[in-house]
Amino acid sequence: MKRLQLERLANPQLLALVAVLLINWLLFPNFFRITWQDGRLFGSVIDVLNRGAPVAILAVGMTAVIATKGVDLSVGAIMAVCGAVAATMVVAGYPTPVAVLAALCVGLVCGLWNGFLVAVLDIQPIVATLVLMVAGRGIAQLITEGSIVTFNEPSLIFIGTGSFLGFPMAAVIAVVLMILVTLLVRRTAIGLFIQAIGVNRAAASLAGIHSRMLLVLVYALSGFCAAIAGVIVAADIRGADANNSGLWLELDAILAVVIGGTSLLGGKFSIPLAVVGALIIQAMNTGILVSGFRPEFNLIVKAGMIILILMLQSPLVGTALGFFKRDSRQATPK
Amino acid sequence: MADGEYVLEARGVLKIFGNHVALDNVDFGLRSGEVHALLGENGAGKSTLIKILTGAYQPDGGGIYVDGAEVSLDNPLHAQTFGIGTVYQEVNLLPNRSVAENLFLGHQPRRFGFVDFRRMEADARALLANYDLHIDPSSELGTHSVAVQQIVAIARAVQLSGKVLILDEPTASLDRNEVERLFEVVRGLKARGLAIIFITHFLDQVFAIADRVTVLRNGTLIDTRQLDALSRTDVVRLMLGKDIAFSGATDVEPSETPDEVLLEFKAYGRRRSVLPFDLTIHKGEVIGVAGLLGSGRTEVARIMFGADPADQGEAMVNGKPTSLRRTTDAIRHGFGFCPEDRKAEGILGDLSVRENIVIALQGKLGWFKALNRDEQLEIAGRFGEAMDIRAASLDMPVKLLSGGNQQKVILSRWLATDPAFLILDEPTRGIDVGAHAEIVRTINRLREDGMAMLVISSELDEVVAYSSRIVVMRDREMVAELRGKNINPGVIVQAIANHTDEAVA
Repeated sequence: MKRLQLERLANPQLLALVAVLLINWLLFPNFFRITWQDGRLFGSVIDVLNRGAPVAILAVGMTAVIATKGVDLSVGAIMAVCGAVAATMVVAGYPTPVAVLAALCVGLVCGLWNGFLVAVLDIQPIVATLVLMVAGRGIAQLITEGSIVTFNEPSLIFIGTGSFLGFPMAAVIAVVLMILVTLLVRRTAIGLFIQAIGVNRAAASLAGIHSRMLLVLVYALSGFCAAIAGVIVAADIRGADANNSGLWLELDAILAVVIGGTSLLGGKFSIPLAVVGALIIQAMNTGILVSGFRPEFNLIVKAGMIILILMLQSPLVGTALGFFKRDSRQATPK
Repeated sequence: MADGEYVLEARGVLKIFGNHVALDNVDFGLRSGEVHALLGENGAGKSTLIKILTGAYQPDGGGIYVDGAEVSLDNPLHAQTFGIGTVYQEVNLLPNRSVAENLFLGHQPRRFGFVDFRRMEADARALLANYDLHIDPSSELGTHSVAVQQIVAIARAVQLSGKVLILDEPTASLDRNEVERLFEVVRGLKARGLAIIFITHFLDQVFAIADRVTVLRNGTLIDTRQLDALSRTDVVRLMLGKDIAFSGATDVEPSETPDEVLLEFKAYGRRRSVLPFDLTIHKGEVIGVAGLLGSGRTEVARIMFGADPADQGEAMVNGKPTSLRRTTDAIRHGFGFCPEDRKAEGILGDLSVRENIVIALQGKLGWFKALNRDEQLEIAGRFGEAMDIRAASLDMPVKLLSGGNQQKVILSRWLATDPAFLILDEPTRGIDVGAHAEIVRTINRLREDGMAMLVISSELDEVVAYSSRIVVMRDREMVAELRGKNINPGVIVQAIANHTDEAVA
């Protein structure tokens, strides 16, 4: 059992995260310095956790979607919609809990819509979620009436910038969500069913799995996660920006999931590793910023790093290096 | 035989895929002005032969002769230059372009370098008039019926090639009138001297249109015969390789007092799939389903299981009217279903043997009563042992197992749910001898334990051996029910070939 735990820790994702952090440390010696100030932790590593939280939250829902052989392109737009809902409601004088709850419900409804298109109308996920990806920003602009809605409600701002036991609130929310959703899928049969649908939906349905209902729920979860991320981002900048909130984050979320080892072809998935993937992406962003490189390098370095990580996961390289020793032994039957 | 006799001829053609011989020394000759039916069950080598004749595959031995001269066909386009054209089951034209464009695509009449639409449409109108088809050539192809599209496809193929026309299951998605329409066209072409190869699963159509027939089985040529000298039974016998004289009657004693009724289907059917049928199934009974491919065997299984819900008739489980709209309804009532296409509909390839075995049981238990890993291992281990599944580990992906072991995994999946009624669609197809014996043994054991089963199989000897009763499907209709001493392969062959009169009580 112990050996298994160790082997689990030695996965390419965690190794990559450590490598990225070490490179950051080499380029910027103060990278690991953490200080305590005003009842909370400060430092670059904490910053990685804080900034990485929205993508990590998106990745939680996205992992489940991708495991069903789907994809959700609309999460960035849903973030904008939900941020706009929370901000306009708070500005209109509703109490924060009501505004947040409304935003989460709107996210859930967006997800249900995607799930309806994919599961009931059998539209390809990439096209189905494209609808809301495009329309969502329009909806958000309608809600904010074209302007950036700013607010000063301390309880809402707390969600984006506050701290809990010294850790940034956003990171705490991300970790709690990750644990809850992981428990939900692993302690029930839902995880197995999600994998079964992703591997072979026809066979899963014939085996008696309610694949339609499960697909709808998976997209609803993704919409819900996007709503949480949207509220956090809005609270962080104290305003809802319909045009830029969550822009391109769907791609970062997909990338985080893929780095986390979940195949776009569906099947086996890991939510915690997708969150690690999100942290890797953010660690690179932060590293480039703090080490004084021009931000233009960011995209190129990111691309290089991604290629490296994906190569480590490729079965070909895996066999060549004997990296996945357990898997290769399994691969020889009889 | 004079060399000039055949327009298109294959001599001693050999085709090997890996270590599987798909065609073994097959001779095939096609005369001009004849309709030549090519028959055989799935995997007999029909499509391989067609692909060689159209240049899509290269033979590994033997040769192709056009008008007596040996040719080498590099690809279907090259075959076209020798006058060989093909029309496939699914029309592969462009539904969103006009009829005329589809007819002349790639060789449109031109004027000053531009497509001359007016001439193209006039040409198209004239061309289609030959086929007695008077439609607007500028209309979109997709707006017409499949039958009309087929005729357009034929017109295009004939116009491009003009000597040999290969029709690969052109009638599969047509209704009776449309088939007749198509046959008019085929007769017209025959009168014009074209040589036509016709592939179908429907025997009636073979007898309606063909002059000669070639039967393939397991990659070998069985015979080429003049059709007017043959009866339906002869043809079925050629296809299935069963000698009527052979009569291994069933081993299963028909019990005079059958056990209590488990299932009753009354006028149960689904439009465009299966004509309404009546069937009563008792506990401890194995119903064999025989019939040629495409006769509606699989469709019967699917509507019983709710995979394609019935739209007429009623089903009773234990005497109570029951709705089987979804697979989950059927499973709740103790049904299980091992589908014919193991890979596409059976196994969850990337998941482990263990997960594949427990999935149906877990589906039945629901989302929140999860079996933990130890329970899963216990269940998978128990059935793995009982079914003798040869896997290095229960945690290895099921796709790495052999076909026979995969089939045992799927059977185990349903046995784990403790079913009352199991539907097995071709459970022994494409698996090794050992697994084959194991599955037949399991069917017998389960029957003795009182389980009801419906087993679809092309292996007549096998069906006869374990079935208590056999229903025969023909043209999507349940045409006969055979029982007791009357069951033997010869009777089944006759029932498949003819109409219902030999159904014996």
